[in-house]
Amino acid sequence: MTTTAPLDVETIRKDFPILSRLVHGDKPLVYLDNAATSQKPRQVLDALVEYYEKHNANVHRGIHTLAEEATALYEGARDKVAAFIGAPSRDEVVFTKNSSEAMNLVARVLGEAGPGYRVGPGDEIVITEMEHHSNIVPWHQLADRTGATVKWFGLTDEGRLDLSTLDSVITERTKIVSMVHVSNLLGTINPVDKVVARAREVGALVLIDASQSAPHLPLNVRDLGADFVAFTGHKMLGPTGVGVLWGRHQLLNELPPFLGGGEMIELVTMERSTFAAPPHKFEAGTPPIAEAVGLGAAIDYLTAVGMQAIAAHEHELTEYVLAALADVPGVRIIGPPTAEGRVAEVSFSVEGIHPHDVGQVLDDLGIAVRVGHHCARPAVVHYGIPATTRASFYLYNTTAEADALVAGLAQVKKVFT
Amino acid sequence: MNMESMYQEIILDHYKNPHGRGLREPFDAESFQVNPTCGDEVTLRVAVVDDKVTDVSYEGQGCSISQASTSVLTDLVTGRPVGEALSTMDAFVTMVQGRGQVEPDEDVLEDGVAFAGVAKYPARVKCALLGWMAFKDAVSRVEGAA
Repeated sequence: MTTTAPLDVETIRKDFPILSRLVHGDKPLVYLDNAATSQKPRQVLDALVEYYEKHNANVHRGIHTLAEEATALYEGARDKVAAFIGAPSRDEVVFTKNSSEAMNLVARVLGEAGPGYRVGPGDEIVITEMEHHSNIVPWHQLADRTGATVKWFGLTDEGRLDLSTLDSVITERTKIVSMVHVSNLLGTINPVDKVVARAREVGALVLIDASQSAPHLPLNVRDLGADFVAFTGHKMLGPTGVGVLWGRHQLLNELPPFLGGGEMIELVTMERSTFAAPPHKFEAGTPPIAEAVGLGAAIDYLTAVGMQAIAAHEHELTEYVLAALADVPGVRIIGPPTAEGRVAEVSFSVEGIHPHDVGQVLDDLGIAVRVGHHCARPAVVHYGIPATTRASFYLYNTTAEADALVAGLAQVKKVFT
Repeated sequence: MNMESMYQEIILDHYKNPHGRGLREPFDAESFQVNPTCGDEVTLRVAVVDDKVTDVSYEGQGCSISQASTSVLTDLVTGRPVGEALSTMDAFVTMVQGRGQVEPDEDVLEDGVAFAGVAKYPARVKCALLGWMAFKDAVSRVEGAA
């Protein structure tokens, strides 16, 4: 393993204007809700403003200067995404609204695809118990539309996937396996390779929800080996409103389009339409142009800092916060108890105190965490609790902020016991 | 500290020592309510005799605000005519949805006035209303059956 220089977190923090604001009067913001959305560096905000101030136009539609510039910026962002994830071709990068739309796209077109890819009666869809609702609901909907069934991988007590049933869950009837790379509730990094290998044996497609891995770990779609990878811009320093679906070119080529409209056509007559080649085939209507440009700036930022260095920094934070929380009486970690194979998203319960009350007192101290079921209700139910408190860290977070969280929990207990 | 205006001593007392908790017989209608954003749940039963609320019993899980407000509810409506209980409910709802602009009447809401501070936390208003929504639903079932 190559050693990476530690992050200069103090310098990084200066790039994020929001991190210097105060809340509730005089409390410095301690932002630990990065799994919900990340904050944005000045470089991304500047890219958005510059786009609107200097280059704004619709893309792929005009021959005037601004249209050419906007198109070059938008397509330039596609190049940046392709490089960031190691995509074999830029044409495999489809811009969507977010991860949810990316996964809905796949679920929708698989129900309408030609023989071979089409999911129909008797076919099986495999997901896991740790999925976000955005990787559950579209498959429930697909099953309802087609008569297919949804099967699940369960969880271990330690918050990992139970793959002891690998061969019985993924079978010859499996058409698609859709699973999360890193759990937004548990922080678990899943062994995608094992699932992909089994899926290959039976000829099933694999979709990976990389919403929580793309921001935090080096991501290479070739190494992942899946057929589709979905992630969203706003969790990785980019703006809201833009996400990415990467798909193998052959698949994108052969699958039917998702939404119909401008941009995605080849030729429209009064009788029928024919469709553009990927990726435009899946990008109906005016795309999120400024947002894509902003995502490109976010990728430039992440790349300059270095994804290896970010992952190493967050690994240290994970070790630190897990150890600190282990020393707090009444705190139970929901998810892997050690930093191995997990990221710095830590869900926990505090004995006898509801997460809403935990979050409210922490907020009063300036500490932003997420409380609730985190749109992953099946997993929360699995662990026999109604909800959790989740602290999720990013490149700009510090061990001092983990200390603030622990001190805040002492305050929480004071109020409620 | 603003937050202390929400977590009043009265609320914490009701949370730690809830009134009327537990599901009891006989009852005329039951309602299950859930707050999908946080998973708070309450199952609430009402017994009505001669147009009077003779018992309210409940089980639930959730934050201090949702559980304490249900405890206060049982104090405020048990033994009251249905019409009076519903107007107390209206006063409570108006207060917590009032964004801090509604001056509550302590004669009507008693311990319920402690929830005035919740009105400034929009995310928590639903918590304060969970038990009350169950009560309203259960009463409407009783009246629908009558």
